[in-house]
Amino acid sequence: MIAAEKKRLLRKMLFARRFEERCYEAYVERKIGGFLHLYPGQEACAIGVMAAARPGHDYVITGYRDHVHAIECGSDPKEVMAELYGKETGSSKGRGGSMHIFDAKHRFMGGYALVGGPFPLAAGMAKGIKMRGGDEIAICFLGDAANNQGTFHETMNMASVWQLPVLFVCENNLYGIGTAIERSTAELDQYKRVCGYNMAAACTDGQDIEQVIQAATTAVDHVRSGKGPYFLELKTYRYRGHSMSDAGSYRTKEEQELWAKRDPINLLRDRLIEEKEMTLADFEALDKELMAEIENEIIPFAENSPEPKVEDLEKYVLAEHCPYAKGEAH
Amino acid sequence: MAEMMFWEAVRRAHDEEMARDPMVICMGEDIGVAGGTYKATRGLFDKYGPERVIDTPISENSFSGLAIGAAFCGVRPIVEIMSVNFAWLATDQIINTAAKVRYMSGGQLEAPVVFRSPGGTAHQLGAQHSARMEKVFMGIAGLRVVTPSNPKQAYGLLKSAVRCNDPVFINEHELMYNMKGEVPDEEFFHPLEGSEVARPGRDITLFGYNISVHWCLQAADILSKQHGIEAEVVDLYSLNPLDRAGIAASVSKTHRALIAEEAEAPVGVGSEVMAIINEECFFELDAPPVRVSAVNVPIPYNHTLEKAAIPNAKDVVAAVLKMFGK
Ligand SMILES: Cc1ncc(C[n+]2csc(CCOP(=O)(O)OP(=O)(O)O)c2C)c(N)n1
Ligand SMILES: [Mg+2]
Repeated sequence: MIAAEKKRLLRKMLFARRFEERCYEAYVERKIGGFLHLYPGQEACAIGVMAAARPGHDYVITGYRDHVHAIECGSDPKEVMAELYGKETGSSKGRGGSMHIFDAKHRFMGGYALVGGPFPLAAGMAKGIKMRGGDEIAICFLGDAANNQGTFHETMNMASVWQLPVLFVCENNLYGIGTAIERSTAELDQYKRVCGYNMAAACTDGQDIEQVIQAATTAVDHVRSGKGPYFLELKTYRYRGHSMSDAGSYRTKEEQELWAKRDPINLLRDRLIEEKEMTLADFEALDKELMAEIENEIIPFAENSPEPKVEDLEKYVLAEHCPYAKGEAH
Repeated sequence: MAEMMFWEAVRRAHDEEMARDPMVICMGEDIGVAGGTYKATRGLFDKYGPERVIDTPISENSFSGLAIGAAFCGVRPIVEIMSVNFAWLATDQIINTAAKVRYMSGGQLEAPVVFRSPGGTAHQLGAQHSARMEKVFMGIAGLRVVTPSNPKQAYGLLKSAVRCNDPVFINEHELMYNMKGEVPDEEFFHPLEGSEVARPGRDITLFGYNISVHWCLQAADILSKQHGIEAEVVDLYSLNPLDRAGIAASVSKTHRALIAEEAEAPVGVGSEVMAIINEECFFELDAPPVRVSAVNVPIPYNHTLEKAAIPNAKDVVAAVLKMFGK
């Protein structure tokens, strides 16, 4: 990978880290409500996979930990932040919130709050792609614990039987809220769990973005070339609690320190420094630049945007006008 | 106008919509090669092929979700859930996704999926095959619920449901697939909203939907011939939204109301219609409205017990006579 590409990825990961940390602050300031699930530690997963895919062209869907996935599809981070602030200018016009970022024009097909819910939706999008005959693929990002839902098994089976162009990315961060994977899940290697569905699968280090991209490129090529679905497991770790209400008491300090040593941003940064493509000072300058962008552009946009109007409370329940509802169609 | 059976009307609507639009598909258990448990998709597999007439694995929640995801990408799926009793498993995708996605995306996504499923109590199928689920779905914002009482409605409602951009749940009845009725030869779209006066009358309104419309019609006949009571029968083919104006108009004319429902009384169509009457036209009433509902039990297997649990036309007649002090 050329240095410019590595720098681009580093910038993206660092931006995602700072964006999420700023969300944390805004939540503490009570600017953001509801449940807030942050992404620090896992940046190489979404950013690496999307670097191997075609953002804005491929259809992407995920769970509630969705801000970075939307941004990687091409969403304006200002709109994502405005959504967290519940504003009319937000991605979902303030109707969705953190767990329900949507950006259809960039083919980010949503964040969903029910664990396992997006599996069949992704397979369905792949069915639609197949019927239209396009070269897009559907990509579904979900966690490890989601694989204990029936929808996982049902969907793997259907995706395989019908050879649908869908890539399932499992971000295995070893926990479902406070329950460690070994306490809930009989098979720790998630990619092995699809073997009953006759589906191509692989596993890689989710902290090293170059490895993620390599594995994701194989996976994306497989799916795009019509060879059917693919399941890619990325071993990763989230640094913060599951959501803001989670103190994280279920994890040892040692474990957290171990993973901190494999921070995806630091790994790539150090590699660039080693290759003499970047200095620590360059990195710090980049960091300052990104933080300034968040502080000076993104936060003010969210702060200053209007609230949705109460008169519009019932908008978007049903299609605005349906000629088939009132007998206007003949 | 040709007479056809209910299942033929449903099949015809499928066929016409699939012939018109290559993005219309249908899917469900045993609907393809086997032609559907109630024949609603008979012959379509041969005509449209396995990519559009899809025999699904027994995965109700996920194939419903798959249909929704396909709809995000321009497909217009008609999902058959073999029996509403199995639709309980699909409530997650139908309610949490299909009904809510337009709203929570701020209008960006929509889920134009038709879910059709036979419900009701048939003949001794026992507690797990006798559910009436319309009440579960009719209170869900973002989900339209319709329930045809005859072949014409079955045809026209499905036609409209396929073209409508909202998710629609069509509640059919296991005992009604062989019912015959007139269906216009030319294509037509039954409105998804509203209600229909199935029989005009002046003394009382009998509200029914799906199978209970037929109890009401039979009861109205008996009441007219034997008791001199002229009942109006209103067919509530749309359960979400309910036709507030239609309900109020009829009650304002007859000043009495009875709701006949095959489901148990609690939290149902009857309680909802009564609430609407209270809200819209309470002072028009000459007597308290009455419900004729199923007994609130898991439906028993035993034939006698089963019959005792489910109301019929005679129960409607008896309730009306009681209201009139006869
Ligand atoms: C159907 C359902 N059950 C339970 C929950 C509560 N819940 C939210 S996230 C979560 C854990 C999911 O863990 P995982 O899939 O590994 O994703 P992660 O949060 O680790 O990214 C649970 C139990 C839910 N949202 N939906
Ligand atoms: Mg997890």
